[in-house]
Amino acid sequence: MNIKEYLRPDSLQQANELLSENGAVIIGGGAFMHLGDLEIEKAIDLQNLGLHYVEENNEFIEIGAMTTLRELEMNSIINKSFSGILSKAAASIMGVQVRNIATIGGSIYGKYGFSDLLTALLALNAQVELYNAGLMSLESYLESSMDKDIILKVRISKGVSKAYFECFKKVSADFSVLNTAAAIVKGKLRICVGARPARVRLAKGAMSFLNIIDSTNTAAEMAGILASEEIQFGSDIRASAEYRKELCRTLVKRCVLEVLQ
Amino acid sequence: MKIEININNNSKCIEINPSETLYEVLHRCGVTSVKKACGTSSCGICTVLLDGRPIPSCSFLAAKADGHHITTIEGVQEEANSLGALMNGEGAVQCGFCTPGFLLTVIAMKKELSNPDEQQIKNYLVGNLCRCTGYEGQLRAVKRYMGVSK
Repeated sequence: MNIKEYLRPDSLQQANELLSENGAVIIGGGAFMHLGDLEIEKAIDLQNLGLHYVEENNEFIEIGAMTTLRELEMNSIINKSFSGILSKAAASIMGVQVRNIATIGGSIYGKYGFSDLLTALLALNAQVELYNAGLMSLESYLESSMDKDIILKVRISKGVSKAYFECFKKVSADFSVLNTAAAIVKGKLRICVGARPARVRLAKGAMSFLNIIDSTNTAAEMAGILASEEIQFGSDIRASAEYRKELCRTLVKRCVLEVLQ
Repeated sequence: MKIEININNNSKCIEINPSETLYEVLHRCGVTSVKKACGTSSCGICTVLLDGRPIPSCSFLAAKADGHHITTIEGVQEEANSLGALMNGEGAVQCGFCTPGFLLTVIAMKKELSNPDEQQIKNYLVGNLCRCTGYEGQLRAVKRYMGVSK
């Protein structure tokens, strides 16, 4: 990693102007920057821009982009909302040291395949607000190629009646071999599979199947089978594609059972 | 570029390269108690406290520490002595390479968690690896330090 210039703007407008320049990137918490061999002309640090908060109103919970994973884990509003899956997913990520610097905005911007947090957020049908592009679904953001915009906050509707997150790791502080989450959002079931090891995907076939039938153990088992058939898995140092596929059946079944019971 | 940081209650103005990590700058300032092992935020050896919270100094840009307080083991000698004595008593120190980062994490945990149980202690320390001891002695010492009865 080579950074030529470090900048800490005092306003979002200034940050946006800096970001438009060649070789400028936002560095978030910087926790995973060392994973890439980056050449950065201008590293833009947002720590002075007031993007560090968790707020609640009647309809939404909003989380500022610079909120750390440790704060997600410990925040009382986050703990009691969405069946606690955001706190659970955040708490499963590496050690407390990393969680004290990694931010929710950085986790989203990085679109990391290994992310536990993205899987939980996608299950909750979270939205992302950007400085230029405005509000969009996390699903759309993950599919987009925009990298010259500033993530301001994450917004999650309170229409989540139940949610569950599950991950499988070889040891506690490692990246997940596979992670899964399910949530009932405004009456519709959402199922996500991440750390495949590629980026999280919605298991849309399993979601469609379960949204039209009654909830039973058999249905949960079918959801696991459908998700494991429709999602593409890969092999890496942690596990083979075949192993992940088998894990997917079990983890999705557990998540679906938890949210339907 | 120049940064102003407070290291163990001493304010310093330091010229840094924007790519430098906090670990590199601390060593350049003579704070050699901070060790580095994995370089990937995985082992906890390089832990220092940023405004009282444990962070991996090997992965944290020194530039981001501008205006903040950094605490290393030199800045918590009283707590380190009492915890270190408990560690010695439980046979929880062998090579000692992980010890400064481990002690700082435990000291931060004591300030952050009130009355934690054994599982909460284990969860908090998951990011601190020790290749010598097998953790049982450390856990006994930490429980005594935290006042955990069971």
